[in-house]
Amino acid sequence: MSDKMHIKLTVNGAPREVLAEPRELLIHVLRERLGLTGPHIGCETTHCGVCTVDMNGKSVKSCTVFAAQADGAEITTIEGLGTPDDLHVLQRMFHEHHGLQCGFCTPGMITRAHRLLQENPDPTEEEVRFGMAGNLCRCTGYQNIVRAILAAAAELNAAREAAQ
Amino acid sequence: MIPSAFEYHRPPSVAEAIRIVSERGDDARVIAGGHSLIPMMKLRMAHLEHLVDLQDVAELRELSIADGIVRIGAMVTQHELITHEGLAQAVPIVREAALLIADPQVRYMGTIGGNLANGDPGNDMPGLMQCLDARFGLEGPEGSREVAARDFYEAAYMTDRADEEILTRITFAASTGGYAYEKQKRKIGDYATAAAAVLINAQDGRVSRASVAMTNLSDVPVWSEAAADALIGTACDAAACDAAVAAMSAEIDPQEDSRGPIEFKRHVAGTILRRAIARAWARA
Ligand SMILES: Cc1cc2nc3c(=O)[nH]c(=O)nc-3n(C[C@H](O)[C@H](O)[C@H](O)COP(=O)(O)OP(=O)(O)OC[C@H]3O[C@@H](n4cnc5c(N)ncnc54)[C@H](O)[C@@H]3O)c2cc1C
Ligand code: FES
Ligand code: FES
Repeated sequence: MSDKMHIKLTVNGAPREVLAEPRELLIHVLRERLGLTGPHIGCETTHCGVCTVDMNGKSVKSCTVFAAQADGAEITTIEGLGTPDDLHVLQRMFHEHHGLQCGFCTPGMITRAHRLLQENPDPTEEEVRFGMAGNLCRCTGYQNIVRAILAAAAELNAAREAAQ
Repeated sequence: MIPSAFEYHRPPSVAEAIRIVSERGDDARVIAGGHSLIPMMKLRMAHLEHLVDLQDVAELRELSIADGIVRIGAMVTQHELITHEGLAQAVPIVREAALLIADPQVRYMGTIGGNLANGDPGNDMPGLMQCLDARFGLEGPEGSREVAARDFYEAAYMTDRADEEILTRITFAASTGGYAYEKQKRKIGDYATAAAAVLINAQDGRVSRASVAMTNLSDVPVWSEAAADALIGTACDAAACDAAVAAMSAEIDPQEDSRGPIEFKRHVAGTILRRAIARAWARA
């Protein structure tokens, strides 16, 4: 048996420390040890993307990262993007464009879309579809999800231009 | 879906990683992006007492292009292969192939070294590296050596790499000329039903050089010299393509699985190779 490890993370901007076995998956550390239940568990086999979080500026499926690998990392979850009173643009656009039904896939979708727009602030529809290909939705269909992301990109770009 | 327990190591250098792996023998393995290894561990198809994480080994992250030679450190991710502009200029087939691997999240984590060392016939990089005639740098307790990609793969999950060796660097020449990576898969995130990597050089309307490699159609990647020879000297016309497909077909050995029966896979292999040749020729 292996001993627990002292793992230090920066989660949503705040330093956090946990004791966890190295084999624990990042998603379990986030949900069970840190109480961040925004990232969900779906397939647990690296396919569905509902567990997506941002780790050191990359979108990762946190069901396929060991707690030990994440030691020292900066993590952003959906909880770090917006609050119920102050929604992130992506959250607002998913709401406005009906980009969700049950909402199960939404935290992963939005966290991934957030990184996509950081890397490609003005994507085409095709680039959005390709960039979101690691996230599955079982109810909405992708039409409105893609619309919501494009609308968020447009709003962010308009805000950026206005600021210049 | 919880793997068995292991002890975790994060060495700062290749030398230190080799030392840990050789001390622990069979019970230790390196982990790169973990996107082949962790799924296997979660299914308990891999049991390891020690995991040696290479993420802090800076020397494995270098990517350089100089004098027409490309050198890629084993820990360079698929995402980095895609976004590296210099690489896209020097060897555009690498970006084209990497974009067809898995999905964005997997590509941020998955490394070229892990993809090549893994030995899964479904991995795309091994066939591509055979097509490019790459050489793999290996370092172990006895020192370092180089192996040609075309000599590296022995059987599914069996390679020329010894257990205590680490794949450090991949080296190949920048490729001028036509190229295409074609892959048939059931959906994004799926391994190939069949994939083909093709490089073609043209001179005076004829094929002067060619290289052809196929993926997931045997327990190892299939670099088909005969398929390339069938194209060389021709105007890459229908007869030449037929001959290349026939030569390739004689060298693959697809097995029936969830991606289809053998006949279907042979059919797909032929179609994919034809498309790859046509596209590479159009760009040559
Ligand atoms: C949903 C999904 C879809 C995928 N689809 C594809 C696909 O279409 N095509 C494709 O090619 N791949 C695919 N993959 C696999 C993915 O590309 C992996 O990331 C890659 O095969 C392994 O790279 P890694 O860095 O994650 O290696 P790891 O998983 O960390 O390691 C894999 C193996 O290689 C060994 N290893 C790693 N690095 C080294 C090294 N430097 N020296 C010696 N040994 C080493 C490890 O010990 C381990 O045995 C998919 C994976 C997932 C989860
Ligand atoms: S739960 Fe991680 S990809 Fe599905
Ligand atoms: S909204 Fe239900 S799975 Fe996407």
